[in-house]
Amino acid sequence: MRLEAEGLAKRYPEGVQALADVSLELHEGEFVAVVGPSGAGKSTLLAILAGLLEPTAGRVLVDGAEVGAGVLLGRMGYMPQRDLLMEWRTTLGNATLGLELAGVERASARKLALAEFPRFGLAGFEDRRPSALSGGMRQRAALLRTFLAGRDVLLLDEPFGALDAITREAMREWLLGVWEAERKSILFVTHDVPEAVFLADRVYVLSERPGRVAAVVDVDLPRPRALELTGTPAFAALCERLLAPLRAQARAELGVVS
Amino acid sequence: MSAGTRLVVALGGRLEPRPRRARGVARRVLPPLAVGVVLIGAWELYVALSGVSSQIAPGPGDVASALVRDRSVLLSGAGTTLEEIALGYAIAAVVGIGLAVALSSWRIVERALYPWLVVSQVIPLPALAPILVLWTGFDVRPKLIVVALVSFFPIAVNAIDGLRATDPELVVLLRTLGASRRQVFAIARVPTALPYLFSGLRVAAAFAVTGAVFAEWVGSTGVGLGYLILSYGNQTATADVFAVVVVLALIGVALFALVGLAERVAVPWWRASE
Repeated sequence: MRLEAEGLAKRYPEGVQALADVSLELHEGEFVAVVGPSGAGKSTLLAILAGLLEPTAGRVLVDGAEVGAGVLLGRMGYMPQRDLLMEWRTTLGNATLGLELAGVERASARKLALAEFPRFGLAGFEDRRPSALSGGMRQRAALLRTFLAGRDVLLLDEPFGALDAITREAMREWLLGVWEAERKSILFVTHDVPEAVFLADRVYVLSERPGRVAAVVDVDLPRPRALELTGTPAFAALCERLLAPLRAQARAELGVVS
Repeated sequence: MSAGTRLVVALGGRLEPRPRRARGVARRVLPPLAVGVVLIGAWELYVALSGVSSQIAPGPGDVASALVRDRSVLLSGAGTTLEEIALGYAIAAVVGIGLAVALSSWRIVERALYPWLVVSQVIPLPALAPILVLWTGFDVRPKLIVVALVSFFPIAVNAIDGLRATDPELVVLLRTLGASRRQVFAIARVPTALPYLFSGLRVAAAFAVTGAVFAEWVGSTGVGLGYLILSYGNQTATADVFAVVVVLALIGVALFALVGLAERVAVPWWRASE
């Protein structure tokens, strides 16, 4: 499945212009990152692609055909910033949510989910409540819920944003491992430039509100990628290229002359 | 071992207190028991030292012997009153939860009914009681209505709050997973509302006892604990009045505990996450 956005804009009824003009492409099996400062409309962009919001202008295409929000809703694997695990369900019960809502029989849903617990680093926590999980485990449980829902395209909204730096790094490497085995298309939203470079095939840089695409950078670093990659000059150069347009804007806002 | 407990250990704290369960129970039961003993002791002491007439202020000993003396009357009275409480409370729970679901599901129902819900509570009950008796006679019905009327409000209001407390982001997530309105209700709204509902049920349990006693004062046919209070009061049998009060207190505490027990079964994640 190929997902495209053309000239997306969103103005909220209260008058806030969140997105001005965003076009991007996500091809089958690609890992694409969208990076931008807070308030660049990253979450708005994902909500439009998930079919939760109608854009004010622009269109969304799936495999070349324009689709409305009604069609998109329920077709994308959407993972919001907060893990939203339900305390009244066990980790397993949370993981099977998507399967359950897709009408998969309880026993087979559990079987499918249980098979994935070791790969998601959750073995032994199947019957524990979310409050018994660490921050990293909670995010992996939320990702497992998203993966198990079985959509071709995953829209991930800063999934590691709330984690500490060391856990974040480990989670990045782990996510790439899972992705390389599954080859689902992933659109990964973050405000962390090195994270975007480490993970993605291509990075879209959004400007500050209202969000528009300030730069598109192809990341030609070899795969599979390990954390050691982040120390190489090629990695640093790519980060620099992405940061440049963001820096200029942040400085201008603060009145710093560069 | 989590980082937190490791720190506690490192600082010299013990990880697992040994007789955990027994100690927990003792810690919970002993303090209120001690307060009770002190209060009863002080009461007995005051009565003994002040020489006040036992008709004005009977000591704990007098009340205890009244409890034994009146046991059969108290028991049958408690049966009647408990029946009123149980039935009235059940009506209140059904009506309260039903109203809450209707109000939180349709905006128009909420706009139409919520003000009347409030009106039903600001009318002082004593003003209503004689009318209820006139309309429904002296049998058990007006008592059920009074009990239901005082206890449905906390149930309804808390259930409405609970059904509204669902995390809106969770609803959004469920919609992207293809959930219908009904599925959102069952998967997210009801579990979120349960702890709120039980708060309402607990308050309502206490209200129900008061409601039953009051209903018996107004329209009694000579049965129930409320009636016994009036009857003993007229005879200035003060120790016997206190005996009835003790039985009522026991009923109230028992109801409260019963609701708490039901809560533990129905909402196990709530206490566990505290």
